Amino acid sequence: MALLEVEGLTMEFGGLRAVDSVDFQVHEGEILSIIGPNGAGKTTVFNVLTGIYHPTRGEIVFRGQRLNDLKPHHITALGIARTFQNIRLFREMSVWENVVVGAHTRLKSGFFSSIFKGPATRREERAARERAYKHLEFVGLKGLETTKARQLPYGAQRRLEIARALAAEPRLLLLDEPAAGMNAGETEELMSLIRKLKEQNITVLLIEHDMRMVMDISERIVVLDHGRKIAEGTPAEVRRHEAVIAAYLGASARAGG
Amino acid sequence: MLDWADGLLRSFINSYYYGVLVSIGINIILTLSLNLVVGFTGQLHLGHAAFMAVGAYTAGLLATKAGVGFWGAVLAAGLLAAVAGVIVGLPTLRLRGDYLAIATLGFGEILRITLLNLDITGGPFGLRGIPRQTNLPIVILAVLFTYLVLRSLVNSRMGRALIAIREDEVAAQTMGIDTTRLKVTSFTVAAFFAGIAGALFAYWFRYLNPSSFGFMISIELLAMVVFGGLGNLLGSVVGASVMTYLPELLRTVAPAIAERRLVFYGALLVIIMILRPNGLLGTSSEQGWLEIWLARRRSRTAQGSAASSQVPPASTGGAGHGPA
Ligand SMILES: Nc1ncnc2c1ncn2[C@@H]1O[C@H](COP(=O)(O)OP(=O)(O)OP(=O)(O)O)[C@@H](O)[C@H]1O
Ligand SMILES: [Mg+2]
Repeated sequence: MALLEVEGLTMEFGGLRAVDSVDFQVHEGEILSIIGPNGAGKTTVFNVLTGIYHPTRGEIVFRGQRLNDLKPHHITALGIARTFQNIRLFREMSVWENVVVGAHTRLKSGFFSSIFKGPATRREERAARERAYKHLEFVGLKGLETTKARQLPYGAQRRLEIARALAAEPRLLLLDEPAAGMNAGETEELMSLIRKLKEQNITVLLIEHDMRMVMDISERIVVLDHGRKIAEGTPAEVRRHEAVIAAYLGASARAGG
Repeated sequence: MLDWADGLLRSFINSYYYGVLVSIGINIILTLSLNLVVGFTGQLHLGHAAFMAVGAYTAGLLATKAGVGFWGAVLAAGLLAAVAGVIVGLPTLRLRGDYLAIATLGFGEILRITLLNLDITGGPFGLRGIPRQTNLPIVILAVLFTYLVLRSLVNSRMGRALIAIREDEVAAQTMGIDTTRLKVTSFTVAAFFAGIAGALFAYWFRYLNPSSFGFMISIELLAMVVFGGLGNLLGSVVGASVMTYLPELLRTVAPAIAERRLVFYGALLVIIMILRPNGLLGTSSEQGWLEIWLARRRSRTAQGSAASSQVPPASTGGAGHGPA
């Protein structure tokens, strides 16, 4: 059985159908990319998968559990974490605190133990901070732990988002255009980072506009256009697909005026 | 209670300043707790005085009509205010946006009108005959207790979650935080301490009147939070102290200004907002208006003197914003 099964997923905003009857599956351990022109509905799929929106129709099943009506924090606890296309860090918090917030569902201390910190709580705090530092080292932010998030350069903010998501210990990681705004060198590093995630048994669902990266790193690709799935397959298959070529040519023709 | 300590304090503080210090202490508790909701959790709360009223009337009624002792009444005041906090907070904090502001404002007015029209509270004539059992040592202990509890709370898993909600509610949810529950918790804790402050108020002034807990009091408390610094506990201590003592000082030095206390508060806030936009002790994170204005002036004169050089205007921070 697939790790994530999406069936007939539809998301409407008023009269606008942002996602229209989309089916796909994510298998354990793979890197699956979602591509498509601007406004195709890619981010909306992520927003529905993470419980920010509840789907108008369709089924979302993750490890045998239906996610449709769950709240975002329940979904995170079940093992899905994400990054945001428009970076959404906790800007006034330090880098390491951002990561520890990511571990919120993996920590236990409740309201009273938060106030009257016993030995168990102190131990948990110390361990959480150490783990946060490890995640930061993993994404290449060692040495910046006590900097405020908003003071990081753009590329580092994107990597901090990944570290924060990893702190939630996800089985499935959703990355929304992680390479946006990165230069070639940074993108290269990002790709090796994503490959390392795979070694850690984290399944990756990736939205990305950088075609070189998508074709290089993905095992399978799902293509959306106007909310509909127009193609699915390996990079080689998708590259040759008539509808995909048309959608992209159409999009660039539209964009070009 | 704590009579020995009280005797000691009274031996070197005259009764005028003693009273001022009690008022300052009560306002510190109110400001600290309001800061938890407004400064740390980022939720606009316009009715903190109402929760103080719940505590004050609870203690006042228990003392005068039920013969309950001081500590029991103070605890009951905090707990009942906390219950009121849950009742007001639960339905409104589920929604995103500024519903809390409207609900707290409404709750304050409803409570004030209820207190004016109940017989048991003395209606507009107020509630009299509460024994004076608050003293300065008790107030100091209560301030310390409040400060230490809140400081511990904001430096914990819970506290970080509250700050995360303030910073970005969607990201906070997505990181696994039950935002509704935590916002209600923050609001309830604040109400609890406001209730305690109200009880201390009742046992100090010995007389309660609904007008002591009106909307303007809530606004004054908010001004103290902003003045001291949103999200800064020490700032709340300083803010409440300065903004409680200055009007007292003016009353003797410049009575004409003291009569227009709110105008004075307003002016003070405007000055602070210009000089230190994050409050007196706020971490001066984003640049203040004055600094931005000065930087602009500087860059304009720089461009004027070297018109050919393509110097971009000074940017405020390293971080850019992502594409839409
Ligand atoms: N909350 C919302 N309310 C109304 N419309 C929305 C909302 N969120 C998304 N949409 C619309 O849904 C459509 C799909 O948007 P979405 O952000 O999912 O596209 P995308 O594929 O991620 O595009 P991009 O590549 O530009 O990020 C767009 O027309 C967008 O305006
Ligand atoms: Mg998008």
